[in-house]
Amino acid sequence: MTELSQIRNFSIVAHIDHGKSTLADRLIQLTGAVSARDMSEQMLDNMDIERERGITIKAQTVRLDYKAKDGRDYVLNLIDTPGHVDFSYEVSRSMKAVEGSLLVVDASQGVEAQTLANVYQAIDAGHEIVPVLNKIDLPAAEPDRVKEQIEDVIGIDASQAIGISAKTGLNIDQVLEAIVERLPPPKGDREAPLKALLVDSWYDAYLGVVVLFRVMDGVIRKGMKIKLISTNANYHVERLGVFRPKMEMMEELGPGEIGFFTAAIKLVRDTRVGDTITEERRPAAAPLSGFKPSLPVVFCGMFPVDAADFEHMRDAIEKLSLNDSSFSHEMETSAALGFGFRCGFLGLLHLEIIRERLEREYDLDLITTAPSVVYKLHMRDGEIIEMHNPADMPDVMKIEFIEEPWIKATIMVPDEYLGSVLKLCQDRRGVQVNLTYAGSRAMATYRLPLSEVVIDFYDKLKSATKGYASFDYGMDGYEEGDLVKMQILVNAEPVDALSVIVHRSQAERRGRGMCEKLKELIPPHMFQVPVQAAIGGRIIARETIRALRKDVLAKCYGGDITRKRKLLDKQKEGKKRMRQFGKVDIPQEAFINALKIDD
Amino acid sequence: MPIPDRASPALSPPSSEVPEDWRSGGFGLYVHWPFCKAKCPYCDFNSHVSAQVDQSRWRRAFRRALEVEAAQTQGRRLDSIFFGGGTPSLMEPETVALALDSARELWPSAPDLEVTLEANPTSVEAGRFRAYAEAGVNRLSMGVQALNDPDLKALGRQHSAAEAQAAFEVARKIFPRVSFDLIYARQRQSLEDWRKELKLALSMAVDHFSLYQLTIEAGTAFGRLHGLGKLKGLPSADLGADFYDATQEICEAAGLPAYEISNHARPGAECRHNLVYWRYGDYLGVGPGAHGRITSEGRRFATETHRAPELWLAAAERDGIGRLHEEEIAPEDQATEHLIMGLRLAEGLDMARHARLAGRPFDPERVERLESEGFLRREGGRLIATAAGRRTLDAIILELAR
Repeated sequence: MTELSQIRNFSIVAHIDHGKSTLADRLIQLTGAVSARDMSEQMLDNMDIERERGITIKAQTVRLDYKAKDGRDYVLNLIDTPGHVDFSYEVSRSMKAVEGSLLVVDASQGVEAQTLANVYQAIDAGHEIVPVLNKIDLPAAEPDRVKEQIEDVIGIDASQAIGISAKTGLNIDQVLEAIVERLPPPKGDREAPLKALLVDSWYDAYLGVVVLFRVMDGVIRKGMKIKLISTNANYHVERLGVFRPKMEMMEELGPGEIGFFTAAIKLVRDTRVGDTITEERRPAAAPLSGFKPSLPVVFCGMFPVDAADFEHMRDAIEKLSLNDSSFSHEMETSAALGFGFRCGFLGLLHLEIIRERLEREYDLDLITTAPSVVYKLHMRDGEIIEMHNPADMPDVMKIEFIEEPWIKATIMVPDEYLGSVLKLCQDRRGVQVNLTYAGSRAMATYRLPLSEVVIDFYDKLKSATKGYASFDYGMDGYEEGDLVKMQILVNAEPVDALSVIVHRSQAERRGRGMCEKLKELIPPHMFQVPVQAAIGGRIIARETIRALRKDVLAKCYGGDITRKRKLLDKQKEGKKRMRQFGKVDIPQEAFINALKIDD
Repeated sequence: MPIPDRASPALSPPSSEVPEDWRSGGFGLYVHWPFCKAKCPYCDFNSHVSAQVDQSRWRRAFRRALEVEAAQTQGRRLDSIFFGGGTPSLMEPETVALALDSARELWPSAPDLEVTLEANPTSVEAGRFRAYAEAGVNRLSMGVQALNDPDLKALGRQHSAAEAQAAFEVARKIFPRVSFDLIYARQRQSLEDWRKELKLALSMAVDHFSLYQLTIEAGTAFGRLHGLGKLKGLPSADLGADFYDATQEICEAAGLPAYEISNHARPGAECRHNLVYWRYGDYLGVGPGAHGRITSEGRRFATETHRAPELWLAAAERDGIGRLHEEEIAPEDQATEHLIMGLRLAEGLDMARHARLAGRPFDPERVERLESEGFLRREGGRLIATAAGRRTLDAIILELAR
């Protein structure tokens, strides 16, 4: 066990690409936790998807031994937090587990919206913050301007900011010294009953559920009988240890220390991020504050392309949910798409990650329907229904009013693109809350309905600003809206998987846009196919996919047969990737792309 | 896959009750001459421009290849021989004669054996027509392609319209049967231009011609230009369909209805060789890049030879085959090939034959639907694509095959 005064716990706050993972790697290298030979780029991002996207999904931690210039030995615990808004609750719990943060800002790019959200979380958690300017070796670096921006926008002192290059290793030693000198040691009472924060948990094929925690008070020991307060479940600690970053077993961990345990816990679902771990025999008087169960905010349908894969998909989803308690699923049947699941996610990135993992790790081919938010239907009989799927909309006559979720979004953008950003927000029913400038960058704060953001807002924002805008959001309550269900009819038959809830003021534009898009997405058939958008029984938009007029090879002789047969086999495969609806084949991409309307 | 030893006698002769499938389509020999004076920008056939061709060497190689093929395909009668290319009218008449004499010596021939040679209609080549006829060619197929000079130039052709018409007149006097090819839906061609051109073609007193809609093929000069967006003036898909419709209407009115998607003939004047393909018979492919379909002891094989002339020549000289590979075609794939080819014909295909190959009949519900929609009809056990069905045949075939 380590003396409190010799411990420093910290996280790193940074925007994607500003060098968080590279800095973490350098810290690990410099303290000798991993030999250069074993070092693979971005030690802490374990999943392929994390490494490819340069993002962190699960919290990771590493314990470093550091001999400071004062001659004393310190234990430094780094928690690498998820950097994306979808995981903001997880971020807030990780922040609670440490006393300080390194704020890493790219010296040529400056502060981005995502950095802001996370740094505010760090400030909320009472962190001491050490600003670090990365990439100062680049010719485009403007450290003075960025320091000024940090002071203007975030409101913290940046005069002591450390200029580094994580890539070359420049000044990394100064960062280590600053952690020891400037961050406070943790507090805690070794004699008090055990009180530890559940920071994260995941499923390991060999060890079962692994729990990452931070001890606040008391001591956790191997063999101890512990209790998780929110579920009131008891377990025996089997393995106890720390990450260096490889697992190293320990007999006990005391206040201020960060480690993991395993305790024959079967499901990740049983371990809730933010929960309090205590000793069964001598429980803590009160749990740690701030615990809340995670709630999915974005829903979509997922269906196997090949109906025969349904059982395989069910297995895959259940296995994945063992390891991700924040994603929900329930069976769904669609007339158009057959058997599948309605899945709930923390946000769009979370949705994409889960879909990619299902497709990659479980080799599934999926049709994903357009994402939808959770609407609250206030019924005339007083009941309130939470609706996850537009196809479930009850008879409108029974509905008093409908509420939809709103978000508060922060967008940072070079001012030359501000006009197009404001227009985009306006088009999406946004309400401006604030607009400020820091240097040549503008910061716009908007309230927006979440449903207007979940489909392609981020893509549109990127293309309107050539990728220079950064965007972050938080949930901001429910509000009544004039919302209607719009159905899409293909060849006069409603396709349930294409139904959407829209604001009445947007219905016509959306309807027209979807019909036009479907006209592009559905290939011509041997007959003409009308595509219509309807509200109630009223058609509000219509397009016609004209019949295929001519489709025949001009020349087909002795040498062409094999080629034509192979082409036909390929086309047959292509047909399998379509859903037959009535007499019409709808390609699987259509279900998600129909909503991506060109403005 | 190893080439099975077809020379060994079958242990049990095929049942006399059900003849081998290919017999419904006949047996043809295709000889490929891979050389051209110049490469046409639309053509994706196996053709090469070569200044020097040692034809005596090619004659020996053809002889050798035919001998080896014949040894493996005894007990058959040749219905047709076809010299295609490239430009077979660049063959010396001795080369054509040698190949024809060899074929007639190695296989029994049908009494009405059809011998076709593809020719370019230049004056130089017209000078060889009589010698080809004397060698045994009885049908000439001329690559006229267009009947006006600017378009011929745009298609990269070496002849003028006047030259083509003169060559056609010469051919008519020499050969009992003459056909020619035209390409339509060309760059900047209007529907009215094509109607006039087609009527002029009909006035040339033909009994057979092939009318191909211009297709932009990958790997050709047009394909590259098209990919770069530099091939201007091509008709839209809609106008292309109008061209096709006009072609059918004019030819039907003139008594030359399409007997295959792009081929028109007076009854009885159809190209027997191509019917072997469309009726899914057996055919040998000799020469570079030639394909074949050969049945041996109840199994059917797809064959393909080396495409490069030098490689084929060397291989043919070595073992007489020059074959690149040979692949057995599973019965259900044979059924697909039969479907792809058979429905191109106005006579359609024999449904019982298809069911024998496929191991099951067509999905009756699907056939009935396509029939009620006016794309197919059934008549005397045959499945026939209607005019509307032929125009969208590739989509119909996909429906039937899925």
